[in-house]
Amino acid sequence: MELITNDKDKITWHLACRAEDVPEDGGACALIEGRQIAIFNFTRRNEWYATDNQCPHRQQMALARGMIGSQLDEPKVACPFHKKTFSLRDGSCLSGDAYRIETYPVRVKEGLVYVGL
Amino acid sequence: MKTSKRNRVVVVGNGMVSYKFCEKLIAKTNGSVEFSVTVFGEEPRAAYDRVHLSAFFSGQTADDLALASTEWYQENGIQLHLSDPVVAIDRERQEVRSHHGHIVPYDYLVLATGSGAFVPPVAGVEKEGVFVYRTIEDLELIQAHARKARRGAVLGGGLLGLEAAKALLDLGLDEAHVVEFAPRLMPRQIDAAGSEVLQRQLEALGLHIHLSKSTQQIVGTESIEALQFTDGTSLDVDMLVISAGIRPRDELAKAAGLATHPRGGIVVDDFLQTSDPAIFAVGECALAHQMIYGLVAPGYEMAEVVASRLCGQEKAFAPFDMSTKLKLIGVDVASFGDPLAEEPGCRTIRYENRAKGIYKRVNVSADGKELLGGILVGDAEQYNMLLQTCKNKMVLPPNPEDLILGTRGGEEAATGGVLGLPDDALICSCEAVTKAMICQEVTERGYTSVEDIKKANKACTGCGGCTPLVKDLIVGTMKQQGVYVRNVICEHFAYSRQELLDLTKMNNLRTYNEVLDAFGHGDGCETCKPLVASVLASLWNENVLEKGRATVQDSNDRFLANIQKGGTYSVVPRIPGGEITPDKLIVIGEVAKRYGLYTKITGGQRIDLFGAHVSDLPRIWEELIAAGFESGHAYGKALRTVKSCVGSTWCRFGVQDSVSFAIEVEDRYKGIRSPHKLKSAVSGCIRECAEAQSKDFGIIATEKGWNLYVCGNGGSKPQHAQLLATDVDKETCIRLIDRFLMFYIKTADPLTRTATWLNKMEGGMRYLKAVVVDDVLGIGEELEREMQGLITAFKCEWKEVVENPELRKRFTHFVNVPEVKDPTVDFAEMRGQKRAKEWA
Ligand code: SRM
Ligand SMILES: Cc1cc2nc3c(=O)[nH]c(=O)nc-3n(C[C@H](O)[C@H](O)[C@H](O)COP(=O)(O)OP(=O)(O)OC[C@H]3O[C@@H](n4cnc5c(N)ncnc54)[C@H](O)[C@@H]3O)c2cc1C
Ligand code: SF4
Ligand code: FES
Repeated sequence: MELITNDKDKITWHLACRAEDVPEDGGACALIEGRQIAIFNFTRRNEWYATDNQCPHRQQMALARGMIGSQLDEPKVACPFHKKTFSLRDGSCLSGDAYRIETYPVRVKEGLVYVGL
Repeated sequence: MKTSKRNRVVVVGNGMVSYKFCEKLIAKTNGSVEFSVTVFGEEPRAAYDRVHLSAFFSGQTADDLALASTEWYQENGIQLHLSDPVVAIDRERQEVRSHHGHIVPYDYLVLATGSGAFVPPVAGVEKEGVFVYRTIEDLELIQAHARKARRGAVLGGGLLGLEAAKALLDLGLDEAHVVEFAPRLMPRQIDAAGSEVLQRQLEALGLHIHLSKSTQQIVGTESIEALQFTDGTSLDVDMLVISAGIRPRDELAKAAGLATHPRGGIVVDDFLQTSDPAIFAVGECALAHQMIYGLVAPGYEMAEVVASRLCGQEKAFAPFDMSTKLKLIGVDVASFGDPLAEEPGCRTIRYENRAKGIYKRVNVSADGKELLGGILVGDAEQYNMLLQTCKNKMVLPPNPEDLILGTRGGEEAATGGVLGLPDDALICSCEAVTKAMICQEVTERGYTSVEDIKKANKACTGCGGCTPLVKDLIVGTMKQQGVYVRNVICEHFAYSRQELLDLTKMNNLRTYNEVLDAFGHGDGCETCKPLVASVLASLWNENVLEKGRATVQDSNDRFLANIQKGGTYSVVPRIPGGEITPDKLIVIGEVAKRYGLYTKITGGQRIDLFGAHVSDLPRIWEELIAAGFESGHAYGKALRTVKSCVGSTWCRFGVQDSVSFAIEVEDRYKGIRSPHKLKSAVSGCIRECAEAQSKDFGIIATEKGWNLYVCGNGGSKPQHAQLLATDVDKETCIRLIDRFLMFYIKTADPLTRTATWLNKMEGGMRYLKAVVVDDVLGIGEELEREMQGLITAFKCEWKEVVENPELRKRFTHFVNVPEVKDPTVDFAEMRGQKRAKEWA
């Protein structure tokens, strides 16, 4: 996999997939450096997000299969298992539980999606 | 406050109650500088939310738990000294001295020193790997040690102990044990039967529970290695959390010569005054009414009482209700009033459902008029209502068992109950908000959302337990005022499902985004997306995965399979009427073997194949479809099965060919999307072997034709179907079902089965009959036409996926390495097949 390193903020950008691999207003999971990363193509807002694929509630590898949407203006994803919802911006749990997921920066260039780990 | 110069207040301790006291004092003096307040805290950080301390282990930081920032204290002119405990009180000179040598004079001194963990005198408690569970620092130590530990135990099976045990599981220990001295869990809150049900639930979640165990010694050279019990047994562990009760921090008060109780606690009167009138004690260090209130809500009430008194208001601290409701590792447990009241002073009513892990008990006064208390384990939905009934001494219904079994009369009864509460009923005990205060916000200020109420009077902002009650009160009050309460979908759509269906149809909208752009706002959510998806499917019956519709489906619909524990999916091919040829059975067997699937005959007369990886689904279906199978829609809000009995073709009692009719009915309605799933059955005679009267629509053969029953339901609240038509011929029967189903599809709320839909319908069965059979609305033909449209549009969606490479490629776990399966999927073996691994 191609690596682009950005020394300034110590983020390593990894090529994850093609933009068209991620369904519009939905997510897909990519295997990056042995980690499962959920990537979301929030077409309605023209935004991309990346988070852990694992839901902290029952440790299910499922967030990429969740529905995305918004709460007030906060972009969010709902885990398909028990519908815990998480902010795509900062990973906080919006359904009132004390969970948090990691979020990662995303860049889309020339139809390719890069995630910073 | 009156023009008194006595305005120097010193608070010792900066815990939850100390913070609440400051907040209340500031609010009451309205920001003017009438008091000069100094707070000393022993801990290094300003007051934080101890109640949600365990959240620290699920990723919350100390900052997330903070109740207020140090800036808040500054802005409000409060001197805050952290990491600086008060070490002495000079009552003569009315001043305190801190560890760092600050000497501060006071006119009023408020002791809010809380409590510490009680550590029983067991040999070896000083060993490495033994912890208490009280502060953020304790948790940091536990977390660090857990990294190298495998087996942990908690000493104490009370409320806090079980919470600590959950934390051990969350920290990833291989084994978590709970050791309790008493013969049952939570001995103060629940009885033996409740404890047994709770124990079984907790064990199923992976906790090991040891009751009636008295610990003699903690064994180990430097670090803990085992617990030695007095009965000669022992338990190997490499860490221990002691949670055996609390001990009020009264040492400072004692040294200053204030009255304290031999078993701990600073003695206070009803005004929370200690034996020195200038000194108050609040929170968990205070012994009021001969007891320590170990909960935060009474502590907050104490803060209110003292703050009021300093401002010159008369207020006393009344005995406080100790009812609690909590969720332990996902199991609801609640107790209220006097949970353990015994006969003969009262009558107890118990309900137990071991299979579901539910136990409920209510204690009713001997004359049957009053609710004294009770216990709920496994299902605490009725907690708020029961608590209110108990606290307000409301007169009980003639059959008090309705309290825990439900009135079986539907939701109306429940909401009617809330409005029946007296005005001064305390709804939110954390913030002391009464029913009248909430209703007033609704009637006078027109507030209609929980968010509004939160801002207005802080109800629901503490533990949150009262939120459902507040919602009911808002809706009830609005209805009482004659306000039409709109049943809107969510923040993105201000319409009911029925309204949105009509709008979508009139405007010929075909995708979620079109509907959102036309009638909604924002970006949608997991409530409105599947709802709109279902409406679109009910209207047009186009493939649910096309035109951007895939990502608005619930996961089951999106992958055309039910998701299971562990992230695999199940495969349920349609077997109409339950009839299947030997050849087809063989194909199912072969497919299951090839893809390593668990097979089971379902309760719906067909076969479920479990444990398929998402990337195997298209191949599995390809093989099934080649053998003539179709999707069984087990994943959709759609027709599931039409069960049949064997009927007149073989059965000596059968009067009609029930299998043929069942197959015909199943083929007719397969694939149609509806507000909830649909089930049906056809029996060949009155013996009813197909259980048609428990179905959404059921058909029973008669000598002259068929009887049609509708709106039956199995599930958690079973309900018998009701007779819609008698002795009709097949064609009439089908026509009535067409109308019935289409009427349901067009008017029901989301996720409402036909039985619930009927229960909510004004006029009930008489009205339904008038619409469907007598066609009083004149829509019969239209309904039939619409149903025919759906039937004609049917295509097996799995066949379309298998044949469409674009749709097919979405069935992968990793987009960048489609051939790799999710490595975290894991199975266990059972009776020669596999099963999903237990939740972590
Ligand atoms: C497989 C099966 C159990 C079995 O091994 O026999 C089953 C399995 C599930 N049932 Fe069921 N139900 C099964 C027959 C039933 C029956 C009996 C029947 O249909 O004759 C009932 C009671 C009858 C009724 O529905 O009125 C039943 C009442 C429920 C309910 C409660 C519905 C209600 O109205 O309260 C749910 C929950 C829901 O739908 O919201 C449910 C939900 C489920 C789900 C879909 C739970 C889920 O979302 O994961 C299970 C999916 C299993 C899977 O992964 O494939 N299942 N379920 C049965 C499949 C029948 C079939 O061939 O399609
Ligand atoms: C893990 C856990 C879970 C809980 N869950 C619940 C729950 O679900 N529901 C519920 O109602 N309650 C719960 N509680 C209890 C609740 O946290 C307490 O009732 C509440 O914190 C009491 O507040 P307080 O201010 O009296 O004491 P604390 O919050 O303990 O604050 C007292 C503070 O005073 C400090 N202090 C002591 N001596 C001095 C001194 N000489 N000088 C300066 N500072 C001093 C202490 O260090 C401490 O910071 C839980 C408690 C714990 C530990
Ligand atoms: S319902 Fe009647 S026909 Fe069907 S199996 Fe039972 S007895 Fe036979
Ligand atoms: S596993 Fe994600 S919500 Fe339960």
